[in-house]
Amino acid sequence: MGSTGHLSNGKLNLNLLRDYYRRELLECLDKCLGSKALVWDDALTGPFGLIAEYSLLKEHEVEKMFPLSDKGLPPSNVQNIIFVTRPKLHLMEQIAQNLLQEEHKGGFRKEYHIIFVPRKSLLCEKKLKESGVYGTLHYIEEFNLSMIPFDSDLMSMEMEGAFKECYLENDYTTMFYVAQSLMTLQFLYGIIPNIQGKGDCAKNVVDMMLRMRRELGGREPQITPQIDNLLILDRNVDLLTPLLSQLTYDGLIDEIFGINNTSVKLPPEKFVSSSQSPEDAPTEKKKIILNSSDELYGELRDKNFNAVGSLVSKKAKTITAEFDERHAAKTVSEMKHFVSKLPHLQQMRQSLSIHTSIAELIKEHTDSEEFLDSLRCQQEFINGLDTDKVNTYVEDCIGKMEPLDKVLRLICIQSYCNNGLKTKVLDYYKREIIQTYGYEHLVTLMNLEKAGLLRQSGQRHYPTIRKSLKLIVDEVNEQNPNDISYVYSGYAPLSIRLAQYHARPGWRSITEVLNLLPGPTIEEIQQIPVALRKRRSSITSSHSSVMDQKVTLVVFLGGVTFAEIAALRFLAQQDDAGAEYVVFATKVITGQSLVNSLTGVHT
Amino acid sequence: MATADWNPLGEIYYKKCEVYSMGWSDIVDISKFEVSAAPYGGPIALLKDESKTARVQVSTKPIITVFTAAGKQISQMRWNSGSIHKMGWSHTEDLLFVQDDGVVLVYDMFLTFKKTFGMGQEAKDVKVIDCKIFSSYQGTGIAVLTSTYRVFIINSVDDPRIRRLAEVPGLSSAPSSWAVINLDRQSRALIAKGSELCLIDQGGQYQVQTPDVSTEVTQFLAMSLSFNNRCLAMFTDKGVIWIGSSDLQKKYCEFNTKSPTPPQQLSWCGAGAVVGLWGNMMLVVGPDKDWINFNFDNPVHLVEEEDGLRIIGKYQHEFLYKVPEVTEKIFKIGSMEPGAMLFEASKEFYKGSQKADEYIRIIKDKLEIAVSQCIEAAGHEIDPAKQKPLLRAAAFGKCFLTDYNPEAYVNMCQMLRVLNQVRNHVIGIPLTYSQLQHLSMPILIDRLVLRKLFYYAVKICQYLKIADAEGASRILAHWACYKVQQKNEDDETIARAINQKLGDTPGISYSDIANHALEEGRPDLATRLLDFEPRAGQQVPLLMKMHKDNIALSKAIESGDTDLVYTVLLHLKESMNQGEFFMAIRNMPIAYALFIQYCRQQNRKLMEDLFYQEDNFQEEGTCKVVNSFNEDRMEDRIEELKLAQACFTKAKNEFAKVQTEEQIKLLKYQQRLEEEMNRPYLNLSLHQTIYRLTLANNHKVAEQLRKEFKVPDRRFWWLKINALGECGDWVELERFSKGKKAPVGMEAFVEVCAKHGNMKEAMKYLVKVSPEQKVKCLVKVGERKKAAETAFENKNEEELSYVLSKCGPSDKQLVDTIRGMKQQMSRR
Repeated sequence: MGSTGHLSNGKLNLNLLRDYYRRELLECLDKCLGSKALVWDDALTGPFGLIAEYSLLKEHEVEKMFPLSDKGLPPSNVQNIIFVTRPKLHLMEQIAQNLLQEEHKGGFRKEYHIIFVPRKSLLCEKKLKESGVYGTLHYIEEFNLSMIPFDSDLMSMEMEGAFKECYLENDYTTMFYVAQSLMTLQFLYGIIPNIQGKGDCAKNVVDMMLRMRRELGGREPQITPQIDNLLILDRNVDLLTPLLSQLTYDGLIDEIFGINNTSVKLPPEKFVSSSQSPEDAPTEKKKIILNSSDELYGELRDKNFNAVGSLVSKKAKTITAEFDERHAAKTVSEMKHFVSKLPHLQQMRQSLSIHTSIAELIKEHTDSEEFLDSLRCQQEFINGLDTDKVNTYVEDCIGKMEPLDKVLRLICIQSYCNNGLKTKVLDYYKREIIQTYGYEHLVTLMNLEKAGLLRQSGQRHYPTIRKSLKLIVDEVNEQNPNDISYVYSGYAPLSIRLAQYHARPGWRSITEVLNLLPGPTIEEIQQIPVALRKRRSSITSSHSSVMDQKVTLVVFLGGVTFAEIAALRFLAQQDDAGAEYVVFATKVITGQSLVNSLTGVHT
Repeated sequence: MATADWNPLGEIYYKKCEVYSMGWSDIVDISKFEVSAAPYGGPIALLKDESKTARVQVSTKPIITVFTAAGKQISQMRWNSGSIHKMGWSHTEDLLFVQDDGVVLVYDMFLTFKKTFGMGQEAKDVKVIDCKIFSSYQGTGIAVLTSTYRVFIINSVDDPRIRRLAEVPGLSSAPSSWAVINLDRQSRALIAKGSELCLIDQGGQYQVQTPDVSTEVTQFLAMSLSFNNRCLAMFTDKGVIWIGSSDLQKKYCEFNTKSPTPPQQLSWCGAGAVVGLWGNMMLVVGPDKDWINFNFDNPVHLVEEEDGLRIIGKYQHEFLYKVPEVTEKIFKIGSMEPGAMLFEASKEFYKGSQKADEYIRIIKDKLEIAVSQCIEAAGHEIDPAKQKPLLRAAAFGKCFLTDYNPEAYVNMCQMLRVLNQVRNHVIGIPLTYSQLQHLSMPILIDRLVLRKLFYYAVKICQYLKIADAEGASRILAHWACYKVQQKNEDDETIARAINQKLGDTPGISYSDIANHALEEGRPDLATRLLDFEPRAGQQVPLLMKMHKDNIALSKAIESGDTDLVYTVLLHLKESMNQGEFFMAIRNMPIAYALFIQYCRQQNRKLMEDLFYQEDNFQEEGTCKVVNSFNEDRMEDRIEELKLAQACFTKAKNEFAKVQTEEQIKLLKYQQRLEEEMNRPYLNLSLHQTIYRLTLANNHKVAEQLRKEFKVPDRRFWWLKINALGECGDWVELERFSKGKKAPVGMEAFVEVCAKHGNMKEAMKYLVKVSPEQKVKCLVKVGERKKAAETAFENKNEEELSYVLSKCGPSDKQLVDTIRGMKQQMSRR
């Protein structure tokens, strides 16, 4: 994780944020004098890896790292044990257990500390007190790492529970974190003048943000705003998009293999070099880091998968051609020129081989009967075909006991596109699911209904929304797209259409549709001192259009899919783009992770 | 002449000037009071002890009055504690009273009681016979001399830690005089015992010294330390004033006053001259035995300052100080200093005389020094009328300099403006420029705040452009804290007044002010004030402290800070009984949801109780469902499910009710099956149960379950086909295919055979497959060539493309064939 250059490539230098976090973290660590061992809440290792590399921690006397577990701490002779943990009660139980065991062991005297990420919690402290270990703890710190910079235009909180907590349990804690994070961003990049949003949670966040700014009482940094617009979208404004199968390159990687903190673990077979004999093929999964520092990935990730093949082969040809230049190189200076390009070429070639393998893996999946049939079924639904009766394909999926999340996604899509299902149809599906996948899914189904993913027939808004926002586009060019609908091969994500209209011509033109979508529409303007306002460059200045491109921060409450991000990037690349986009989400999700977060009895 | 009031003392000059004509002249006779004035132009406290002056013994308690330096009364009170031994001021302008039992009482200048502490048990037991209040390196210290001739000392009244100094060996009677010396961060006492002096310290050490006095000494009757503690003056019983260094190592001079009685006050004027006061006569003695004599019409009191001596009388408040060097340079007759020349030049210039030019020419090279001298001299002048011509001269000289940094000039103008303002008798702080330099501007502003002169303080801050956080808002906050003490105004008025003044000024903490109001016993005012506090984190704890739990809860909810909400919720839960608590949160959805969230993780039983209380049968039912999965014993599980079923009935959730019923039924079946077949069936879904039964060749029971639970045909067909395929029961599969018409079509049979690699069986069903599915099925069993042919026969291009897409690298020939077919078709 040495190079972080990719973070500063965007319009907004996210390295600033990363440095800010690094400083904060080191400040926390340096409070404890002497050698340290960090005990990790497993969910935090990924995000921390993107903020601070091990060598940096080592410089600050971190000598050992352990995962937090019930088994207790391995013996070590460090002076400080620091638990790095999320404020979750079950983790407190583990920590308490660890501490009690340590007390029992005796031996070398150590000091114990906790760093809460992103925030301390009263309940956790109470829990520690009840367990009788609170007194053992020396420092109880908080490290407000909430926006993990994934790429130059992408930050995620990696809080998977956000959607469930907000829409199912009315627990808006994550929204508070979001508001705090936005305050951090404003602290680093200046006050964002224009705020717009849609949805109850968006309203919640904006209210808290404005309130926090008041609380600051004018003590804010005097920076010219680097972000012009803030657009906050609730996931429940667009529950359809994440349910559909993503068809972009990174969307598919995420759907099939799961991308975690910008890295993916892939089956190793495809990555065996030809020289290796099959016997000593690695059995461990191959971990690959996916971000824009990999030039090729930067180009491929947002493409429709159908365009990936041709692009990869084109790249392969160029590279071969460039390698062949060495034959043409006659003079010393030509040779020198070639050699200077060599590292880059080699890197490209390596990256090309990786992505060829990934593409093959994906193709195996997308060519499968299951995938194609499911895609066909989805397309039928979003086009509004036969959505009002029990679908045979869905029935067959249940009959064949295909994964529950796949079945639920399809039913939810049908429900959305049919503006809710007739009681008879809905009950039939529900009964089928309970009989097939088990009675515990009675709770799952109730959750889905509560979150609005499954509904009884209601008002018929979908056809209007589909028509006025042009969600369905028949003529899709997957190779050289001219519309965002390419990311779902013919369906334009509702959420991104909203962003598109937001940039141009403005939401006022779609007031009626906005009124059909759930939750309030929000519009706020934050006053900026005159001295800090951006100066309008004169009309005569020739490159004003490039310089003037506005930066819009799009916040997705309840998660965003890679396909949606791709669509936003596509928008920014257009000639008449109204804005450059930076995405901030509570989590990068897929339909699967969304549905799974609502599944089951085990709350 | 500027030098008319200069009194020469050897080589140097002393000047006495009036700072105020006293506002108290009609009411106060200073000789009848004990007087104590704070340094740095601080307030004057007068103590009138009737019992001492009255001819008849009266038992009235003394009266204490505090005046400004200009003689304007600030406050008055009648003493109601013990017998006051000594009165004095601290460096924060608090009035200290030391009683004869060693108890120290601290009041502010408005005579509001602040705090009290003692000087230790020993002092209390044996009584204090003398006391010194002195300025120490930690602030203001107090030293008491007990009747056992021991000295107890504290170095700071803010942090009173009592220390006992060493014992003076052989001291059998009260010392004739003593003083506290503060040097090298240590306080020591110098005790006069006969002709000897004894220096005692906190470490128990003592040092006896005999100062070098040329005349015979039996006793030192008085001693006085200069403001900086470096010089010492002593008065012997023979009327000699001895002046030397405080470590007694150096003697500057001895001056014989020929007075048999010691002076009422022996003081220092700065560090340059010793002043003795006998009645209305004041003698100033320089270190070189020079002297000046002053006579007053009325009794006076002397107050030492770092750069002079204030003389407070009935009618006048005067200041005696050494004429500063720079002033001397400018105004001394015949001075040729640059400053003097510039001053002359400026005077001539304003007269319109060309002599100005001549003067400027003389000092051309030293003009910068001249300007600096004039600026500095202006600073030392107390009278604005004298400051002006000096500043004017500086400004004039500045014009001839090209790159002179104007900062010094501007600063001086600003400082003088502030000084003149605070010296005005309305405020009455006669501070000199050098004193201000030592005191610093923030402390001066604090002192204005202490006097409740908020308006002046704010104006000065604004004038000096001090940042709001340290300046104006801080003062406003003080003002607000003072405001909440005004009992005569009602809460609403005060709250509004405060908010009007403070608004949303950055750096103002409404919660601090509210806390103050609370301490003043005005909770309602505090609540109102807290309303203005934007920081919920500050607001909520205070509201809880005031037992305004409901407001605290709604404020916490408004803030969106979950942790804050929990803080209030858990507090409420502990302070109320359960019923009340539930009632309190039921109307606050956010609080309610968060509490449920807490229960979900910590106390599920409580969550159920809440749902029950709220008649939320749906959620209650869900809880029971979840519980059922946590029970181990079958009876308990079924019991929970029955409860759930009842809940769903009440919730009118027919679907859930029926499902629960069926689950109970299924569990019972599964239990029986386990017993009968000795295989695990529990926890499987209905579908899985039937599947397992089919695998186990138990078709009869499977069929029974299918009927009992009304499994739809389509699913049952998929189930059975897949199960039979999995266990490879091809005979049974065939039998099944020949039964009722398959709702899933024959292709399902082909699929399952292909899936389990039995192509031979698959072919059996292939013939029965409907024509439109044929191509697909052929591909599935690997007969791509046949598939292509069939598609060609069907004249279906789409099917051809499908076959093509399924061709691998080994099917090169077939690919060509299909391409040919496609061409052929498109040609037609």
